[in-house]
Amino acid sequence: MKKIINLTIDDQKIAVDEGTTILEAARKSGIKIPTLCYHEDLCIAGNCRICVVEQENMRSLPAACATPVSEGMVINTNSTKVRNARKFLVELLLSEHNADCTACVKNRHCELQTLAEQNHIREHTFIDLKDDKNYTIDKLSPAIIIDYSKCIRCQRCVRTCEEIQAISALSAAYKGKDMKITTFFEKPINTVVCSTCGQCVAHCPTGALTEHFYIDEVWDAINDPDKHVVVQTAPSVRVALGEEFGLKPGTIVTGKMVAALRRLGFDEVEDTDFTADLTVIEEGNELLRRLKAKLADKDESVKLPMVTTCSPAWVKYCEHAFSDLLGHLSTCKSPMSMFGALSKTYYAEKFKLDPAKIVSVAIMPCIAKKFESNRPEMRASGYKDTDYVLTTRELAIMIKQAGIDFNTLKDSSFDSLMGVASGAGLIFGNSGGVMEAALRCAYMIVVGKDIPFEDLSITPLHGSEGEIVEMSVKFTGTKPEWSFLEGVTVNVAHANMLSNAYKIMEEIKNGTSKYHFVEIMSCPGGCIGGAGQPLPTNKAKRTARKEAIYSGEKLIEIRKSQDNPEIVNIYDDYLGKPLEEKAHKLLHVPGFTPRKRY
Amino acid sequence: MNDGKKINRIDSIFKDYVDNKFDYLRMIMKMSNEEIIKDLMDSGLKGRGGAGFPTGNKWKLAAEQPSGEKFVVCNADEGEPGTFKDKEILLKVPHKVLTGMTACSKVTGAKRGYIYLRWEYKFMKDDLQKSVDEFNEVLKEMKIDFKIYIFLGAGAYVCGEESALFDSMEGMRGEPRNKPPFPTVSGFMGKPTVINNVETFATSTMILSFGGENYAKLGTDVSHGSKLFSISGDTSIPGIYELELGMTLHEFVEKFGDGDTKAVSVGGVSGALVPRKKFKDTIIGWEGVPTGGAMILFNSTRSIYRILHNYLDFFEEESCGQCTPCRIGCQQLKKGIEAVKKGEEDPSYLDTLANLSKVMNVSAKCGLGQSVMNPVLSAVNNFREELIY
Ligand SMILES: Cc1cc2nc3c(=O)[nH]c(=O)nc-3n(C[C@H](O)[C@H](O)[C@H](O)COP(=O)(O)O)c2cc1C
Ligand code: SF4
Ligand code: SF4
Ligand code: SF4
Ligand code: SF4
Ligand code: FES
Repeated sequence: MKKIINLTIDDQKIAVDEGTTILEAARKSGIKIPTLCYHEDLCIAGNCRICVVEQENMRSLPAACATPVSEGMVINTNSTKVRNARKFLVELLLSEHNADCTACVKNRHCELQTLAEQNHIREHTFIDLKDDKNYTIDKLSPAIIIDYSKCIRCQRCVRTCEEIQAISALSAAYKGKDMKITTFFEKPINTVVCSTCGQCVAHCPTGALTEHFYIDEVWDAINDPDKHVVVQTAPSVRVALGEEFGLKPGTIVTGKMVAALRRLGFDEVEDTDFTADLTVIEEGNELLRRLKAKLADKDESVKLPMVTTCSPAWVKYCEHAFSDLLGHLSTCKSPMSMFGALSKTYYAEKFKLDPAKIVSVAIMPCIAKKFESNRPEMRASGYKDTDYVLTTRELAIMIKQAGIDFNTLKDSSFDSLMGVASGAGLIFGNSGGVMEAALRCAYMIVVGKDIPFEDLSITPLHGSEGEIVEMSVKFTGTKPEWSFLEGVTVNVAHANMLSNAYKIMEEIKNGTSKYHFVEIMSCPGGCIGGAGQPLPTNKAKRTARKEAIYSGEKLIEIRKSQDNPEIVNIYDDYLGKPLEEKAHKLLHVPGFTPRKRY
Repeated sequence: MNDGKKINRIDSIFKDYVDNKFDYLRMIMKMSNEEIIKDLMDSGLKGRGGAGFPTGNKWKLAAEQPSGEKFVVCNADEGEPGTFKDKEILLKVPHKVLTGMTACSKVTGAKRGYIYLRWEYKFMKDDLQKSVDEFNEVLKEMKIDFKIYIFLGAGAYVCGEESALFDSMEGMRGEPRNKPPFPTVSGFMGKPTVINNVETFATSTMILSFGGENYAKLGTDVSHGSKLFSISGDTSIPGIYELELGMTLHEFVEKFGDGDTKAVSVGGVSGALVPRKKFKDTIIGWEGVPTGGAMILFNSTRSIYRILHNYLDFFEEESCGQCTPCRIGCQQLKKGIEAVKKGEEDPSYLDTLANLSKVMNVSAKCGLGQSVMNPVLSAVNNFREELIY
């Protein structure tokens, strides 16, 4: 049992567990202390000092986020001394800051701007320091833009990259007045070890870190009468987009989202969930093929565990950090890139369209997908498979630009051909979803029966955020062609956040991994916590989205990818057999790109 | 007016009172832990690195931590402009420092000690290493489970701040940490650590050989004993002097000034810049103006504006840059006094700057940003005309 500490905050008597910070204690009692460098996902930095409070009998003002409570402490969060200090601190930040709010992506969503408003900043007390700073903008990455003139050096990005992703592509450099956040040797971010996951963007309180926007390019395509614009939407977008229009996190807005996309002028609205089903089939078969080669044919060149590749930031990270283990990666493209390749082949053929005139757009919860779509490997159709990737946030901006009243839209449904999906495709949005979907598929192939879980819901895989979740599946009653798997226990694991991927890969490197199949998602909780999702990001929102996905799945009748009629169709009509011929050419990458470690 | 003590030169640090330099060690190792703590408590010794935390208390706090890995660290970063006494101690009487560290290890149960030597002192590293090796040999012979290592810093002033120093030793960027936890609970590698200044360790050795009560007879009720002063600036007799604590600045200037002393930086750039009119009222010590030992004298040919500008130049470079008040505050202070001097800002802007320095004093994360106020307020309050015209 933890010791209970009694203290007083703003005349309220409060009792909390030992080790609680002043900030947490205040929040529990409904007292709001402003913060800036603090983020619930990250360790405490205590560097912005915005959260200072007055403590009785203390000369200095402790930082509420960084100071644990102590017995008998008397705190005042709103004294003159505190208000004066806070106001000066905000004004100091602004004196270093390019506060051109109306032209800033974070306008009205910026924590610095909010502080300026709340602290009644009406003048510039201090001298403008911007001109001395030689601020630059790094726009070279297709995924991330860094505008150093908006950076307040809170180091949230640094902590994100280090703690969540274990990469440290960004760090503090220099000291004193020259201290700044930057990359290795201040190189452009597209040339360093950055995975492009974008979590730093999602955790940045200002407009310093943003995604690379492609809104204008997409408008141009839509407005070009020569172009046929196809759009796909990822599973986790539909459970988050509503937040941008004031709806509760976890509200499922699939129908309104489709309707909005039609109103924006996209020619065809299809579903990434469909290619998620396709990924399941390809990846499930790839796994079985590897298991057969290794277990039955004793082919030692085959690598196990096989690791999923749906998360492009994970793939890039692996290419940097474990370039000698790339053989473990599944060769399957992500659902988005499968869709991209098919949009300019299968879809073009079916509708007799010139693929050169097709513009393929993807709405993703993700920033790394912007990088993925620009990879040279993603040109199997002979064109750039996916032309533009927009985040959930960018879609919301377009909807607002177009003056669409989102909440009153009548539901619409996806077009056909690549618009039908099973529940297995939807759960790709959650960490563990790919694994669950693949196991349902593989079990059916091997045993000819549904995997024995109520409602096909493999709940042991529904772990919580940031955990490495393990499970073992024993095959019994296998079909004759899979008899080598009879009685075999297959160990699987899934994890989100690259810091966890690191742990799993280290085991693989050391030869101590017991797994056969591993799913990795880069972002907290998987795609529902992707860096392109509505901000701010926090665990409560991510949990609500996760639950929406699992409950949404329950409403879908088809629960296994192989039962999706459009999937049956595409193999019959076009692809042939999984892993072979066209499927191999369009749905798998030719290889990976080893990269440097810095 | 204060009745300060007369100037009284003491010779405890640089002089040896034993035949063999290891005799201090042999004697102290015969004492019980309780006796060691008691002597230090009785002596009233406060840390000589500037912050002035009672040394006996610090050792006791670390000793009370659950056993396990603990460390003793000697802070030889000596980065404060105007301080040069730690160098002299390590050059002349390193065995006193090493003995003090060993006494601390005995009390706390630490098995490793580190001397964090500032980069600029690397010229003396080889000699110091010889002394350390010799000392470690003796420790081994005496079957004392404690070994001392030297760690060479990388040259940032802020790395003298104890928690930034640990970061630096752990191979990270030196940035002061949040406190609490304090080093005695979580220091180097997150383990209980006693960190003391070079002089503090050397003085501890001497206290343990003279007896705490005897030591406490020197000095005042608040500032016990004697300490080393690094004296520089407009003086004909610059150097290092060990003086009994408790004298007024007036006494001090009478002895060391050049007859025309206008102001003294007591405690280096992060200390107050005391004007002549306050010399008689100012006791050098915790009851008046404390100092880690730096005393920089300025005569009337010196421009306070240029002195302050120079100090702010130092701070805006040497701040680690992580926290808002210090990183930006230092830049604003420097820009601000420049603007007032050039007439771009009204003289009343000096009051805004004084307020800014007060906000920095209460809100900065570490002692660096907190102490910038000292010279700024002294200059604005006492030398306003010099900042304006
Ligand atoms: C910016 C800054 C620089 C410091 N530099 C030194 C230093 O060079 N040497 C030192 O002994 N203490 C320095 N200190 C004080 C240390 O943080 C710490 O208080 C001291 O080493 C404790 O030892 P003591 O109790 O023996 O004084 C510095 C503090 C700050 C804030
Ligand atoms: S980052 Fe915030 S304060 Fe700065 S310009 Fe953008 S909206 Fe304004
Ligand atoms: S880029 Fe954003 S998160 Fe990183 S330090 Fe700057 S403001 Fe903070
Ligand atoms: S995008 Fe991800 S990997 Fe790149 S710097 Fe940001 S957090 Fe680190
Ligand atoms: S006060 Fe200055 S040196 Fe100390 S933590 Fe803040 S920025 Fe760094
Ligand atoms: S929020 Fe507490 S110091 Fe930044």
